[in-house]
Amino acid sequence: MTAHASLGVAMNITLERFSPWLFTIGMFVLWELVCRIFNIDTFVLPAPVQIFQAIGQYALPLAKNSFVTLWTTLAGFALAVAFGIVLGIIVGWSRTIYRGLYPVMIGFNSIPKVAVVPILIIWFGIGVVPAVLTAFLISFFPIVVNVATGLATMEPELEDVLRALGARKLDIMLKVGIPRTQPYLFGSLKIAITLAFVGAVMSETIGANSGLGHLMVQAGSNFQMPLVFACLMALAVEGIVMYAVFAYVEAYFTGWAFRSSMSAAA
Amino acid sequence: MTGSVDIGNVTLTYRGAGGGVLALKDTRLNVRRGEFAAVVGPSGCGKSSLMKLVTGLVSPDSGEIVIFGDKVRGPVKIAGMAFQNPNLLPWRKVINNVLLPLEIVEPHRRKFRREKAHYREQAEALLKTVGLEGFSERFPWELSGGMQQRVSLCRALIHQPTLLMLDEPFAALDAFTREELWCVLRDLWQKLGFTVILVTHDLREATFLADNIHVMSARPGHIVLTKRIDLPRPRDLDICFEPHFTDIVHELRAKIAEVRKA
Repeated sequence: MTAHASLGVAMNITLERFSPWLFTIGMFVLWELVCRIFNIDTFVLPAPVQIFQAIGQYALPLAKNSFVTLWTTLAGFALAVAFGIVLGIIVGWSRTIYRGLYPVMIGFNSIPKVAVVPILIIWFGIGVVPAVLTAFLISFFPIVVNVATGLATMEPELEDVLRALGARKLDIMLKVGIPRTQPYLFGSLKIAITLAFVGAVMSETIGANSGLGHLMVQAGSNFQMPLVFACLMALAVEGIVMYAVFAYVEAYFTGWAFRSSMSAAA
Repeated sequence: MTGSVDIGNVTLTYRGAGGGVLALKDTRLNVRRGEFAAVVGPSGCGKSSLMKLVTGLVSPDSGEIVIFGDKVRGPVKIAGMAFQNPNLLPWRKVINNVLLPLEIVEPHRRKFRREKAHYREQAEALLKTVGLEGFSERFPWELSGGMQQRVSLCRALIHQPTLLMLDEPFAALDAFTREELWCVLRDLWQKLGFTVILVTHDLREATFLADNIHVMSARPGHIVLTKRIDLPRPRDLDICFEPHFTDIVHELRAKIAEVRKA
């Protein structure tokens, strides 16, 4: 009985470990089957085998353009991190600034960034600059909000303890505020990187000479549907990798925040 | 080095969106140097306002506060504070939590880097007095609530303040841990000889620890009764079961019931 049970547990654990792979492979198998059984036209929905063939055939342009998308995303993201942290600290510094800037930021964030891309193209021309800027514009907001939230939710009593000792606002920020925003910041990075990626690709589809978005639009206008889907596949892989990197960075730098509930009295 | 903590006819109003709230009205309170004073009263009577006034975090509308001869004009720097919530920084080890005030307050701040080893020794010694020897390299989340509160006490005392302000420091602890920490605080006070103002809801706690208990009225708060506790020192936990102790607690309780109705 017990031997059976423990064997069952071991099986479950193995199954759990491999389940992401199983589900991914299962999805492709199902897709392939559906395409074959219903005899779906390649032009409507290419089957995975055709897509993988296209990946093999266009490996070089796919790699080149993936790289362009990757670095424009990262450049925009880096700008967003730098700007987001600075603005977040400014916004979180005082209630007055927080209240004053909040409506403006909400308004700005509500503008669909796709509407801004044509303006950026008029200003900076077709190329990588609009892609970098779109990635930046779309991804800085969650960083600002998270950093500001981390500062604004500082325990007032702890602030009292330090202020009674003669601490200035800057001391409190350096010793408590900024370290305490770390989990909020790193949590926002994995959201921001995904958004930056969306922004960069969006801008490339509207006007660019390179990048996966650009390649996709070109392939589409040449009716090369397998290549279009190959581009989508490359985007998905790139997105997963970047998310995973920042999820790891978050867990690495802010382990303490997962173990303590931030509030004390554990 | 004589003098006292003197709160003279202090009135304090909090201005909020819905008009001002009168928190304290003509409050007078005197605590001698080295004395252990407790302030008790119904909830919302402005006890915490008293804390902020004495440490110079807020200034009164009228009246003045004098601590050991100096009028309070801003953050006092000679006071340590601890609250119901230990408020430790979760990313710092216990030892670095205790050392935090020294990174802020002068003159330690200036020589903190140079004399870190010396300060560490002081902190370790303090941790040992509260029974936390060997815990300095742990993180706060590895400690129980009572142990965290001990660390919080050490942090309040590391810069050798002459005045310790405590705002219901043991309210969130279970009964056994609370009594244990009463003794920790009693021993620290007897050993280091600072002045204490303890704000609490717990009449037994106040009676066990304090020299004088000040009863505050409901808002706007002022002191309605000052009771001298004539129990002999050093006091042991067993004293809590003696008739005289119980009489004092009953008397205080009756007074608070009275001011709550008023």
